Amino acid sequence: MQRRSIRTFVTGIGPVSGFGVGVAPLWKGLCDGATAIAPITAFDPSGFATTAAASLRPEQLDVRSIVPKSYRKATKVMARDIELAVAAASAAIQSAGFTTKGSAEGATPTIAPDRFGCHIGAGLIPADSDELAGAMLTSRTSDGKFDPEAWGRTGMANLTPLWLLKYLPNMLACHVTIIHGCLGPSNTITCAEASGGLSLGESVRVIRRGGACACLSGGAESKVNYMGLLRQTFANRLARVGVGEDGSRAVRPFAPDASGTVLGEGGGMLIVESESSVTARSGTPLAELAGFAAGQCACTDTVGVDLSGAGEDIAASIERALSDASTSAASIDAIVPTGAGIPSVDAAEADAIRRVFGARAASVPLVTLAPQVGICGAGTSALAACVAAQCLAAQRLPARLSTVGSAKLGVDADACASREARLGHVLVTTTGLGGQSCAIVMRRVA
Amino acid sequence: MSAHGQRSDAERVVVTGMGWVTPLGHDIETVWGALMRGECGMAPITRFDARTFPTSFAAEVKDFDVRPLVKDFARHAHAGLNSQFALGAASQAWRQAGMHERAPRDQRRVGIYLGAGEGVIDTPNYLATNLGAWNEAAGKTDGVAWARLGHALMRAAGEVEQEPNMPLAHIAAEFGARGPSYNCLTACAASTQAIGEATSILRAGEADVMIAGGAHTMIHVLGITGFNRLTALSTAAEDPKRASRPFDLKRGGFVMGEGAGVVILESLAHAKARHAVPLAEVIGFGSSADSYRITDIEPEGRGAAAAMLQALAEAGIDPHARRSDGRPFVDYISAHGTGTKENDSIETLAVKRVFGDLARDVPMSSVKSMLGHLIAAAGAVEFITCVLAIERGMLPPTMNYSTPDPECDLDYVPNAPRKAKVETCLSNSFGFGGQNDTVCVTRFVP
Repeated sequence: MQRRSIRTFVTGIGPVSGFGVGVAPLWKGLCDGATAIAPITAFDPSGFATTAAASLRPEQLDVRSIVPKSYRKATKVMARDIELAVAAASAAIQSAGFTTKGSAEGATPTIAPDRFGCHIGAGLIPADSDELAGAMLTSRTSDGKFDPEAWGRTGMANLTPLWLLKYLPNMLACHVTIIHGCLGPSNTITCAEASGGLSLGESVRVIRRGGACACLSGGAESKVNYMGLLRQTFANRLARVGVGEDGSRAVRPFAPDASGTVLGEGGGMLIVESESSVTARSGTPLAELAGFAAGQCACTDTVGVDLSGAGEDIAASIERALSDASTSAASIDAIVPTGAGIPSVDAAEADAIRRVFGARAASVPLVTLAPQVGICGAGTSALAACVAAQCLAAQRLPARLSTVGSAKLGVDADACASREARLGHVLVTTTGLGGQSCAIVMRRVA
Repeated sequence: MSAHGQRSDAERVVVTGMGWVTPLGHDIETVWGALMRGECGMAPITRFDARTFPTSFAAEVKDFDVRPLVKDFARHAHAGLNSQFALGAASQAWRQAGMHERAPRDQRRVGIYLGAGEGVIDTPNYLATNLGAWNEAAGKTDGVAWARLGHALMRAAGEVEQEPNMPLAHIAAEFGARGPSYNCLTACAASTQAIGEATSILRAGEADVMIAGGAHTMIHVLGITGFNRLTALSTAAEDPKRASRPFDLKRGGFVMGEGAGVVILESLAHAKARHAVPLAEVIGFGSSADSYRITDIEPEGRGAAAAMLQALAEAGIDPHARRSDGRPFVDYISAHGTGTKENDSIETLAVKRVFGDLARDVPMSSVKSMLGHLIAAAGAVEFITCVLAIERGMLPPTMNYSTPDPECDLDYVPNAPRKAKVETCLSNSFGFGGQNDTVCVTRFVP
């Protein structure tokens, strides 16, 4: 049975973004008005219309240095998305001051393992092209085509036996639960950009029903690879950024001339914890995760690439999240939207904000992250939730870049510097390709 | 009084519709009849030339046409195979629930929770792109060539359909569902987890109706390759129909299947209000993580046992107690029963851990012996067999059982269906990566 009287708190945040791992580099970058968007260097992107992304440089993420020594061998079977989730989880554990099997081997864990859940939003992880094509070289016909007969006989043996395990979406949660000893309820949500937020909602539900005391919760993804870039290009979601052009200026959330987004690597993991657990260990919450709701947008194209008519459904999710938090739109001091810079998504979100906030819509500040860290696929809403919690804890809003003229959509998203702000409640709203939406209300902890 | 007996009508969750698309047929009666006859759906793979693969057979869905089952096929014209299966199963369930005649008034109170897998990759063009972009001299992929070939060969509509939330999007479009919507992908546990979490959403009052289940196919070059490299698949090509041998000493791995299973779940209060006929009641759900190794199941079955114990606790059932007539309170377990050495012996250990001395009195069987392993969809299909077992007083058999394994010494309902008084069942699903999920379902008593 669900008990809404069980309050849930965010007690740790582990964002991962093009600024690096952890809250410190992210918060500095966001408040300085910097951007992590830069030319893609992981491969030659010049054949694509979009050649920039917000990626982590090798020196920003060395997963071998993050995992316990006993687990380093397993890093060989971690796809990029898994590395991001593992890094985010460790940062969240550190942020919360938790002791786990992964943070201190042999020590008594802060949370009993069977009361520690894990919910992670993940995307479709494409095979590494070099690895796959390299393995297929001996399985070509004389005209260079794939030869299934040769592949079946000998070719597939060129792939490492554990090849598949790099690419199953639930391997993010698999590695994280092993590293940190989470034996409680575990799930992998795959709903595009909404995945991380939906995971947070599931953590809340699991804690409310008594299934766990605390959960590692969030999402992570990198679409900065051939398939990710191609699929997003096919879906007309990306801004054109030619070789040598400034990618950050290409992303203009809620601007009349918005033309698409830029991809980022990242996401975030949060520690969602019940009030009784926080109290028992004298923990310090960053924010209360006070309300949550999810919904499905009616999509005229079925598959939810065109979300232009989704405003009413997004608004419905926001209204239900406000109700779940026992508050109203009047209490919301800032909003972290998807803010992708994709015209149909922006239009739907702006419509939703106008519906919910009425006359206040144009004066509630939006925190638009995409010009600085890109859109991080399944990590998008988890990263947004990390930022919302940090805004509440720091009583500050980050800078915004690039956008001019957001008043035409009736929202406040124009470029500006970071500033102090009195923030009591921050709303996170994310809607992803496919039409799933989520809304999260975070409340300041006095 | 059991825990579920204390729930209000708003918190009780009943099944009011079911549908499946499987290798043994595309409707409830055909498939159930085949299961009762012990038929097996395995045959040589027809989707691609697998003759030289270590595993050249699978349980494919045959002759399925989704067009007569949907209102407007144009809305689903690009649907991938997994989405077609999902639509087929969901339309049966929707119809059985009577919602085709009178749909719920508030679409935002109708949610979806699927455990659906990724779509089938566009294998010929994907592999041609990767091979064609290989730079022999550099020994790696040429990014510019990859982009050129990818744009030229792959189709935009086909690529978006590979996202794992697409079956969900298609179902939402078909039935107008706009409530809480999730897709989870926890490998072989996904659709059991989806049914469990959908139940939780209903109990929390977030929706009145949930469309829950899963869909998947991995019968393609890379899917079979991945599991062949893991040596998880049976290679007994001499007699594919006898290749899936759960709990048998000579078991040699699972046989890949495909398909979908979908159920309509709703609060009893909602079902009563519309005079729907409950088919069964979901009374318990458990979820745990092994947190052990990426390649192996926890060898003592602790994770699997934890999921079963949680489900039983939520159902208010003492696994060590007997009814007044001496029978255990659980009448049947739909086993995960993959037919791999590791899974079947550890699942047996887990059942013993849960039921102790009563374990031998609880019959359990694996329909994977007949249907193959439907991966993400397996749990939903097996949940439906539990409901039918309750409804019809028959237990489906474990086929191909001939040589007892000393490590698997429970009652597996070998080789023939069994008449039985069935009130309450557990349905187990355990996924690669250590996700364990169990749902407890019982006969509906007003």
